[in-house]
Amino acid sequence: MSTTTPTRPSTEAEAPASQGSGDGRMLRLGAVGGDWLDRRVSGAGLLRFMGRKIFPDHWSFMFGEVALYSFVVLLISGTYLTMFFVPSMDEVVYNGIYAPLQGAHVSKAYESTLHISFEVKGGLLFRQMHHWSCLVFMVAIFVHMFRVFFTGAFRKPRELNWLVGFALMVLGMVAGFTGYSLPDDVLSGNGLRVVDGLMKGIPIVGTYISMLLFGGEFPGHDIIPRFFTIHILLVPAAILGLIAIHMVMLVLHKHTQYPGPGRTERNVVGFPVFPVYAAKAGGFFFLVFGIITLISATTAINAIWIYGPYDPSPVSAGSQPDWYMLWTDGGLRLIPGWEFTIFGYTVSLNILLPIVVYGGLLVFLALYPFIEQWVTGDDREHHLLDLPYNAPVRTGIGVAWLSEYLILAMAATNDLIALKLRLSINDLTWTFRIAFFLAPIIVFYVTKRLCIAMQRQKRDLALHGEETSKVVRMEDGQMLEIHEPLNEFDRWVLVQHDDYRPLKAGKGVSSLRAAATSFFFKDRVAPVAPSELREALEHAGHERHRIDELTGGDYTTPDARRH
Amino acid sequence: MSEHVNENPESPRSSGTVSTVAPKEGGGFPNPGLPPHVHRQADENPRAEKRAERMVAGLFLLSVLGTVVFIASYFVFTPMGTNLLGEPGTLHAVRWSNLFTGVGLAVAVFFIGAAAVHWAKTLMPDEEWVEERHHIEGSDETREVAAGIITDGLDESGIARRPVIVTAMIAALTALPIAVLAPLSTFGPLPGSKLHHTFWKKGLRITRDTDGTPIKASEVAMNSIFHVMPEGLTEDLEDYLEERAKAATVLIRIDPELGQNQDSLDNGYQGILAFSKICTHVGCPVALYEQQTHHMLCPCHQSTFDVTDGAKVIFGPAHRPLPQLPIEVDAEGYLVAGGDFPEPIGPSFWDLHKDK
Repeated sequence: MSTTTPTRPSTEAEAPASQGSGDGRMLRLGAVGGDWLDRRVSGAGLLRFMGRKIFPDHWSFMFGEVALYSFVVLLISGTYLTMFFVPSMDEVVYNGIYAPLQGAHVSKAYESTLHISFEVKGGLLFRQMHHWSCLVFMVAIFVHMFRVFFTGAFRKPRELNWLVGFALMVLGMVAGFTGYSLPDDVLSGNGLRVVDGLMKGIPIVGTYISMLLFGGEFPGHDIIPRFFTIHILLVPAAILGLIAIHMVMLVLHKHTQYPGPGRTERNVVGFPVFPVYAAKAGGFFFLVFGIITLISATTAINAIWIYGPYDPSPVSAGSQPDWYMLWTDGGLRLIPGWEFTIFGYTVSLNILLPIVVYGGLLVFLALYPFIEQWVTGDDREHHLLDLPYNAPVRTGIGVAWLSEYLILAMAATNDLIALKLRLSINDLTWTFRIAFFLAPIIVFYVTKRLCIAMQRQKRDLALHGEETSKVVRMEDGQMLEIHEPLNEFDRWVLVQHDDYRPLKAGKGVSSLRAAATSFFFKDRVAPVAPSELREALEHAGHERHRIDELTGGDYTTPDARRH
Repeated sequence: MSEHVNENPESPRSSGTVSTVAPKEGGGFPNPGLPPHVHRQADENPRAEKRAERMVAGLFLLSVLGTVVFIASYFVFTPMGTNLLGEPGTLHAVRWSNLFTGVGLAVAVFFIGAAAVHWAKTLMPDEEWVEERHHIEGSDETREVAAGIITDGLDESGIARRPVIVTAMIAALTALPIAVLAPLSTFGPLPGSKLHHTFWKKGLRITRDTDGTPIKASEVAMNSIFHVMPEGLTEDLEDYLEERAKAATVLIRIDPELGQNQDSLDNGYQGILAFSKICTHVGCPVALYEQQTHHMLCPCHQSTFDVTDGAKVIFGPAHRPLPQLPIEVDAEGYLVAGGDFPEPIGPSFWDLHKDK
């Protein structure tokens, strides 16, 4: 356990010591039950370790919090739903209050979902909160993951926590899919049928896996009770366990921080858990909870009574999964009808290739920290974050990954896009097919160039300071703009970053790695060096001197001076 | 704070990999340290402090109001009983219930958060603390001891000296996972020939999916489409949905003159053709029929089938044509199946083309 005491801000450092004699404090500890707890679970030690732990403050650190808090909302609302939901595919005749379905043969799962929505007090609210918080949860995980990616927070020593977070993202998708399949409506039933089709496409064992999962032929009577167990027991338990590991590692590593004056690789600058983060983060939980509740109170989601109970025959146009599963549907729409037969056996490339693409995208994301580490050979710990424009190739790769993800997600909505924009679905599909190959390359290049342009601009800013819009014409006709140099605090952020250089092959560097380092770093913009800054300041001083001589230090326009 | 602090904690046990990190000229810039703190209004102006205090308290009280609204509306805006605005047992009542309880709860929860955050931002200390980081890796001594525990423990277990035990242990640990397959096998039956057959049999009448009535050939108008099921596939069957999932069929009448596939026309009756409704890509129902082009379109992934050409795939991810159900007309003029589909319907699978 930690014994380092954080440095308090100097202004109030010594204040409490005068009143707080040891006895007095012990008394207070006893008064709040701390004494009792300390003698049983080392409460005092735990509080000493955690109570004043420092976390840095930044808006981009809140996405992970949003994910955590929306998960809590998921647990609360989900527990409520289990009290009323019947995970059974047994058939009943619906006779609830929803007139259009009265007399219809539906499963108990579907009937109980209608019952929760229409007849249980607060049922619809909790159902909508459960679904909305799931969408928020997945958005938050995704944005958090890319915040970590673009700032390089996955670097040593946090590679394992990156993998834990990645596993949480995948588990979130599993939780979402098994969850929205439970009501047994037409939309989710067709989603399940697609999964059945995907499994059957797996060579050799496909049909066996499908039979095992569905307990026989699709749809069978087992899939909903089975998904229910996965959805409310296995997956949440795994998510909770991984969240615990995620948090323990967060405390162990201490949070990363953005570069800034006073922030180093060896310290963490921010606010203590108690009381500041207890109030801020605790309060933020209520804010997230409140906003999800407000959305659920006012915005309908997954109105399964409109879709109708599952029946294998109908499907409606505009069938899309929840947003985080969209990308897994897009590839299935873009792949041409490739299938071949070998020794009389069928190989469905129109199923296997999309699966390989999805797997490839995920595996690349999971392994990226290790790939980058191999390229840079950088063995140091990193607790200061990179500003994304200082890592142009990494940022380009991340945006290219996102563009691929978005194209797949958009391809999954091609029928809606075609309908709303009155485009040909075939043209649209072809456009996405081409974009699948071209967009990542273009997006990578554009992002990289933008980052480099920003680096150059920041470099100029660090060297020459802000433009003041005050232009002086010298006696020889030369025009000079007066620059206001940055103060050292503002400049520090622009000059603190590391420089990386490509390596030449040989001497322990393989040609593959040399090529990789060249790909990453050949277009680098060198950070400002102290000597350059000295020179620039000297030059600026000299220029300023000339201007002052000419103007007497009065930079108002001659016109203004006359009045 | 002017000491040089811009060094990454480099591992003393470097892996020896050549690094791309360039050394900094002259050690780089010195970190200027924390900038001077700027106080907030509430730190310096007692009236601003009082105002912030009242604000926080007010926000907490708003939450109380929300709780009251939530509890009250839970009982006066119910879906089935009392409802001040909608008739109980209607969707109106459900909507009012959802809106009032939801907004009440949202206010109750949100303003606790707003109060706490505002409290922290205006009244709690906003000067940053600095905490030193520790090395993640243990000290040399700790690592030495840890390594010792492993080597001593392994030594004490005698694992290196007792190959018989090790071999037996590996055998046990390899065999056990295989046991998992046994309970797994009870999760479902083997596929057998199930995927190769549907409910359709020679002579079964083709009936409307909506009401189960049989269809006369004369009732099938040109370019019309019927969603059909075999006669006798009724809700009292144990595997009703499974059979429906395979037997779903569409009946379409085209002008035989348009037909480009003689086999397909021969399996129909005067241009009335029956195709499986289950897409050969991943199994969605191919529910959309374009009368003008005689194309069938799967709304899930847009596989497009040309009805005039034996439901051949003309666009999209499907590969095989939709299997065609042979049809005939019985003595009373009703359409009947001439047999089952000639090949498995729905998504392709490994032993699709093996006879079963």
